Amino acid sequence: MTALRKRAIVSLRSAPSLPRHVRIQYDPVRQAFAVLSPEKVFWPNEISLDILRRCDGQSTVDNIITGLAADYDADPENVAADVIAFLQEWSDKLLVKL
Amino acid sequence: MSEPILPPIGMLAELTHRCPLQCPYCSNPLELLKANRELDTQTWLDLFSQAADLGVLQVHLSGGEPTLRRDLEQLIAGLSARGVYTNLITAGVGIAEGRIEAFAEAGLDHLQLSFQGARPATTDRIGNHQGSHEKKLETARRARAAGLPLTINAPVHRHNIQEVPEYIDLALSLGAERIEIANVQYAGWALTNRDRLMPDLAAVNRQADIVAAARERLAGIMDIDFVTPDYFAIYPKPCMGGWARDAFMVAPDGIVLPCHAAQTIPSLRFERFGERRLAEIWTDSPAFNAFRGTDWMQEPCRSCERREVDWGGCRCQAMAIAGDAAATDPACVKSPIHKYMAILTDAAQEEAASEGNESFIFRRIGATIRPSTRA
Ligand code: SF4
Ligand code: SF4
Repeated sequence: MTALRKRAIVSLRSAPSLPRHVRIQYDPVRQAFAVLSPEKVFWPNEISLDILRRCDGQSTVDNIITGLAADYDADPENVAADVIAFLQEWSDKLLVKL
Repeated sequence: MSEPILPPIGMLAELTHRCPLQCPYCSNPLELLKANRELDTQTWLDLFSQAADLGVLQVHLSGGEPTLRRDLEQLIAGLSARGVYTNLITAGVGIAEGRIEAFAEAGLDHLQLSFQGARPATTDRIGNHQGSHEKKLETARRARAAGLPLTINAPVHRHNIQEVPEYIDLALSLGAERIEIANVQYAGWALTNRDRLMPDLAAVNRQADIVAAARERLAGIMDIDFVTPDYFAIYPKPCMGGWARDAFMVAPDGIVLPCHAAQTIPSLRFERFGERRLAEIWTDSPAFNAFRGTDWMQEPCRSCERREVDWGGCRCQAMAIAGDAAATDPACVKSPIHKYMAILTDAAQEEAASEGNESFIFRRIGATIRPSTRA
């Protein structure tokens, strides 16, 4: 087996970004944001979109959680669990780079 | 129509039927179009622009071999300017120096490269092209060097199903983000060669186990897309996500089709882009409306709880096997002729035993043959 990469695990210090084959785009026909990937188009809900938009390769997961908790006026601990689970799932599908 | 017609999301553009390879599993129609029938650059660009207006977000540039179009860079740039996601589906043989870099520069989002086998001898034999495997490896390296994301496409059938583990290693070693392990769908040339391509049940089951284990092992390392083999299925696939629901394809001469094999349904007439606008064809064409939604269905589909899950399966498979394009896809266990699928797969094994492997009808422009009449 020639595994050249390793499965990435989300930590508070990861700085997630969107890989080159994934992009967020506003679709004027459906008036919604789409996430485009090689075979699939996703229609993320508002909170998923907010997480993905913050995946700029600069902000850490910790920053993202703090920012979202402030914006949604929510408990950071609850936000943390959701954000980490979301990012791990998208990373496992190679749609987010950690 | 009871439901409103939604705009399409995806489009498969078969830019040309020309191809340096001759894969016996090719999904192209038996009557391949020559270069003089292909749309010109400006017509493709107009079509792409109308597609973007209509709501298309992704265009798959395919063929034949799409890189044989000298204007491919221009077509990619046109799509990219409209924000459309572009996916180039190539066999990766004979792409001139500097072009892959030019595709990337024009805005190509992703490249999908097919390997006819995981071993050089298999690739060269199935594509009927000496040295093609080596050229594909080179294409993969150049794509990576140009920064392009890569999917390796593995079209699986009897002659390479045992190479699935090697395919996975190959994709990993080439740095691919994805591998598509796609069991051949029996349309076009694949239908003609069905008896020579059909794997046996034991191999199919082994493959499913291998893929399941690899998916677990490679989570977060490489994405594995698995297109399961229809003839061994219990329920059919939602072909094209449902007839004329969210995707369509365009043949090299501009004929707009709901799917690859739609032209095998003799009762349908298709329209050519240019004679009508794309939006009109999408919403009004009788061929697109023929099997849209669920109103056309007969029993058992009509009252089935899965009718909006798989939309009754593949119309062309119903045509080819049941002789009625409005029948339930015979891949479905509820089809009255589902048992016939097992007869077909068994017959293929017998033929394999008696005939040997070397009798493919290779895909070629002008090869005058007729589809298998057994079905
Ligand atoms: S399947 Fe083979 S013959 Fe058909 S277009 Fe692809 S590479 Fe060419
Ligand atoms: S009967 Fe028709 S709708 Fe129901 S599962 Fe089979 S193909 Fe799908």
